[in-house]
Amino acid sequence: MKDKVRPTPRPGLVLEVDRSTPPIVFHHGEGFRTERLPAGRSRIIYPAEPLMGLDDPRGAIRRALCNPIDQDPLPAQLKAGMKLTIAFDDISLPLPPMRSPDIRQLIIEQVLEMAAAAGVDDVHLIAALALHRRMTEAELRHAVGDRTYDAFAPSGCLYNHDAEDPEGMVVLGNTPHGEEVQFSKRAAESDLVVYVNINLVAMDGGHKSTATGLSGYRGLRHHHNVATMQQSKSFMDQHRSELHASNWRMGEVLRAAGVKIFQIETTVNNNTFGTQGPLAMLQKREWEWSARDRAAFVGMTAGLKVGTTQMARKVFQSWRAPYELTSVQAGEVEAVHKVTTEHVYAQHLVPVKGQTDILTMGLPYICPYNVNSVMNPILVMCLGLGYFFNLYRGQPLVREGGVVIMSHPTRWEFHPVHHPSYIDFFEEVLADTTDPVEIEARYEQRFATDEWYIHLYRTSYAYHGVHPFYMWYWGAHALQHLGEVIIVGGNTKAVQRMGFRPASTLQDALEIASDTVGRQPTVTHIHNPPILMADVS
Amino acid sequence: MISEALAGKRLAITGTTGFLGTALVERLLRCVPEVELVLLVRPGRRGAAERIRREIIRNDVFDRLRSELGQANFERRCEQQISGVAGDVGIGGLGLDAAGRELIASCDIVIHSAAAVAFDNPLDTAMEVNLLGPVRLVQMLNELDASPHFIAVSTCYVAGSRRGNAPEEPLADSPMYVPVSWQDEAEASQRRRITTETQSRDPAHLEEFRSRARQELGAAGTPALAAKTEQLRSRWVHEQMVEAGRSRAASLGFPDAYAFTKALAEIAVAETKGSLPVTTVRPSIIESAYAEPVPGWIRGFRMAEPIIIGYGRGLLTDFPGIPQGVLDVIPVDLVASAICAVAAKGPDPNCKIIQVASGAVNPFLFNQLVDLAHRWFSANPIYDDRDQPISPPHWTYPGRGRVVRQLKRLSKGLEMGEKVLGRLPIRGRQAEVTADLDERREMVERALGYVTLYGAYTECEALFGVDRLLDLWEEMDAEDKKQFCFDPRTIDWDHYVTNVHLPTVVEQGRVKTGPTGRVGSPRYERQRAQVLAPERQLAAFDLENTVIAANVVVAYGWLATRRLPVDERARLIAKVLLEAPSLLALDRRDRSDFLRHFYRRYEGAPTTQMAEDAQEMFSDLILTQSFPAAIRRIREHRAAGHTTVLITGALDFIVEPLRPLFDHIVCAELAQSYGTYTGHLAAVPPTSESRAEVLRDFAHAEGLELAESVAYADSASDLALLEAVGYPVAVNPEPKLATLARKRGWLIEHFDKAPGTPRKLLPIAAHQRKQAQKGAA
Repeated sequence: MKDKVRPTPRPGLVLEVDRSTPPIVFHHGEGFRTERLPAGRSRIIYPAEPLMGLDDPRGAIRRALCNPIDQDPLPAQLKAGMKLTIAFDDISLPLPPMRSPDIRQLIIEQVLEMAAAAGVDDVHLIAALALHRRMTEAELRHAVGDRTYDAFAPSGCLYNHDAEDPEGMVVLGNTPHGEEVQFSKRAAESDLVVYVNINLVAMDGGHKSTATGLSGYRGLRHHHNVATMQQSKSFMDQHRSELHASNWRMGEVLRAAGVKIFQIETTVNNNTFGTQGPLAMLQKREWEWSARDRAAFVGMTAGLKVGTTQMARKVFQSWRAPYELTSVQAGEVEAVHKVTTEHVYAQHLVPVKGQTDILTMGLPYICPYNVNSVMNPILVMCLGLGYFFNLYRGQPLVREGGVVIMSHPTRWEFHPVHHPSYIDFFEEVLADTTDPVEIEARYEQRFATDEWYIHLYRTSYAYHGVHPFYMWYWGAHALQHLGEVIIVGGNTKAVQRMGFRPASTLQDALEIASDTVGRQPTVTHIHNPPILMADVS
Repeated sequence: MISEALAGKRLAITGTTGFLGTALVERLLRCVPEVELVLLVRPGRRGAAERIRREIIRNDVFDRLRSELGQANFERRCEQQISGVAGDVGIGGLGLDAAGRELIASCDIVIHSAAAVAFDNPLDTAMEVNLLGPVRLVQMLNELDASPHFIAVSTCYVAGSRRGNAPEEPLADSPMYVPVSWQDEAEASQRRRITTETQSRDPAHLEEFRSRARQELGAAGTPALAAKTEQLRSRWVHEQMVEAGRSRAASLGFPDAYAFTKALAEIAVAETKGSLPVTTVRPSIIESAYAEPVPGWIRGFRMAEPIIIGYGRGLLTDFPGIPQGVLDVIPVDLVASAICAVAAKGPDPNCKIIQVASGAVNPFLFNQLVDLAHRWFSANPIYDDRDQPISPPHWTYPGRGRVVRQLKRLSKGLEMGEKVLGRLPIRGRQAEVTADLDERREMVERALGYVTLYGAYTECEALFGVDRLLDLWEEMDAEDKKQFCFDPRTIDWDHYVTNVHLPTVVEQGRVKTGPTGRVGSPRYERQRAQVLAPERQLAAFDLENTVIAANVVVAYGWLATRRLPVDERARLIAKVLLEAPSLLALDRRDRSDFLRHFYRRYEGAPTTQMAEDAQEMFSDLILTQSFPAAIRRIREHRAAGHTTVLITGALDFIVEPLRPLFDHIVCAELAQSYGTYTGHLAAVPPTSESRAEVLRDFAHAEGLELAESVAYADSASDLALLEAVGYPVAVNPEPKLATLARKRGWLIEHFDKAPGTPRKLLPIAAHQRKQAQKGAA
């Protein structure tokens, strides 16, 4: 394949902006902006180029299953008459969805072959989606492959996790901190739980896969809350993340309760937009663009201007990333996750010296919660202040009291099927207050236990009633840390509703920011996606 | 001295709840010591005494006297000097009992000021009150052998529409007067009423009323249509009688039925009075007080006020009239003074008729009024709903015919527009354009009404002589001249219009005189709070276009295509699309028939498969097409403790996923046989008026009050349902309902699909992959 002859990938880069720096591409929802940053006091953090993928993914998977870390090989653990549950990450991973075959499909097919060889016939496959929306048939087929789907779905052995099924959930005990560990009953009663993970960012994986993915509101509320998020600095850095500490405690309880987990974790490279193809220029550095890249970019932006939002959304949502598997490891959860994290860091970490006054980011069209859906304003906040802001190790990229400028159209738009409680959260809760602490105290309980939202979560394709709250909490650390949040090019009313300042251009945004950070602030732009994580010293 | 001459006298006055009557009572009570006032008042529901207290004594005209005397003394004086008699000049025998007759007969002076003054009264009403009223009064006094001084208040306009001088002389002596028999006219008007009532019941007419009612309400159900039809019929009769009055008056040279019947009354009283001494006082157009008791005092909306407000609001963009024509206006206090002077003087054979008018001695020109009004409204503009000041129009004084033609053309055009829009399949905000058109048409029609009614007056070129009035004025002593001024020459028109009349009119007109800062409707917020108030008990919802933007046809299309191969889907959808016009027509004619007919298509559908598919359709179609605000509203009602009910023609398995929202669902059910649907309805869904019945029954069974209930619907066919509850809400109304809801002041909600909703051009289910076979192969 052509890809294999590509040059050795270069690591991430911090570029000091001078007058010769070309305009920089900012992601802007289903579109782009090209912006010039102030010369002499700005820098741009570029992600590392995609690492080389494994030559033989299927073989690598087989090797990982047969040579697990700190556990017996998988075939040795499979016995006739046993209860086997295979849980896998849901539609929120990876982003954007990857080209077929999906890693999950490759792994699950091998696990099922081994199970069949061992004569295991009680096998359930569960999309471990916690309080996310149920996956549709097409999405499940994409994740596990048609063969697996057709073999298991019709008999009801392949299904979405239902955290609100009173018959299907159990509490396995409490952590020393008094956190209840709520878990899928089927998984709890299984002789072996095989978890199939895709570790896109450093937050994913580990005990979080099972303790969160197969849990429900009763369990999640102990770490999906404002206090936890404010003490996770950042939640991408598991050693300084209260979110992970809580999940690890819960993992202990699972182990103590006798839940045996065979964790399979995978990492993918940064090949989000492809090294060739229509979006290839998005993972190149602007000054290295060829004439062809330039022409393609101009053509694309012109096309986007002509078409409707719906059309643009359709086009972008149909993009399948040519991700390549960079590592696969299986076995005991914590040991596996250590290796996985190394691989994630190898692709994502970019060393950065010191903090900045203003952090700018161009938010793309997708986040974990709007695959095949609409990126509503709450998700914009979550992606910017939750995910992008927290993509740091050490200390935040922006200083305390600094400013974040995000670029996104932030349309007042919602998917009526996927995000019904978001609509009400936006219309009712945010119209009242944007303070996460107050929101949590006054509204969470009502939305979380609302019968209608539960009905929609269980029978339709809706995120749970409490989900928009978690999105807001995800940004709690940033909200506490920042002096001002400005959104460029967003719907004015929607931006104001969230308590942020709308600006029509980056220049206006910098002007507004000067109230907070003065006339000569330092600016850092995080050129993401493809994903990078700043290692701030 | 007037006050001395009238002191201790007993005066009977009719029409004291009217403008002039009230002013007269106030003046006499304030300026004449120990005068005794007997007021003939229609008893109404509350009785004469109560009406006097509420409608006369409480009027702000007495504020001056009340503050001069103190509340206690004022009340004492009223009690001592005012007595009420229940009676009605509009009916035979005046509705008096013996005591009342005696009391009136015992009076020294009888002032008859009761009249049906509206220019657009039906002919027979005007006849009864204006013509027969004084005749009955005079006859009664004659019967009782009483001969008090009878002062009849008439109008200058009995002179008719004409040019030149109109002196203070009996009508019979006027060369312009066409003699007709007042008895014949009275009888003819009564006959006309009977004929019109009969005509209105002709099958052809009734059919027309029915079709107009249908046009207005749509398929609102029989009872609602019947009520509307009857309303249209009685309105038609009224209009016919008004028109009869106008045309009869015009045929005899009078501007309207009021002047015409007043003229007949003068003749009739002269013929029937016998030995009764009668003086006729003819005021011209009576307007707000010049000085007494306070400048600008006015009661009710008078003749010129609607025009002035209409001018200020920019509603009357032009008005017919002769700019140099005299507008004969006279402030009410001058008229009251003149009547007092006439009463004090007593009957005078040389002075049987006195005109109280300004035109001959102190003319006030039409364009003078318009210029003053223009200046005044430019400085003190009225504000529109959007807090914008309205600039007053420039009138060009075209001929009446032209203005009428223009207005009629405009009204026709608006009506056409409404009709066209009414047939378009629009709803919600677009449909409200129809309501706007309707409002505009009503405004234009009102303007047209003003022009036809008042146009004659503004075009009138008669000059009313006031020689006798001035003679009387000269006889007054200085004290009287101060206290009872009725000299029209003293009026300073600029001052009167700018400082007295216009401020009063604007205040009375309750128009916005400044920006309120509340653009939009505070009323909307209030109404919304009302429907969600905890006292409400029940909230009923229609489904289609109220909660979701889909209908039974769309749902069928989805379900029918879900398991079809691609080519067959296209064929099925094309078939349904081809049938759409006939289906739509059937739906418009009768909803129940339509549903019965349409649901036959489900014949043979397996029930379990339908339930399964309906669950998928809930996400793919129902929720995508839903109005999140509507669903939120339902949930708000539930949270407020209200019982929520869904009333729909949709099938049970389709609405099943919505069950958690509602306490009770009334819907259609198909009969089943061997696991398939038969296509026949097992439960007929309630449509149009039967929806109201279903709701009534449900509320009754649950012990809930409909008056404390809310109903949400989108179409005029749900009118009965909406009318059944205390708090109707029109959701995304189609044009007919939009117009109705606007007129009735109902809450109108615009619920939209979630912005960003994926669009679906055709109701086709997502393509299902047939991987099962492939995989197996």
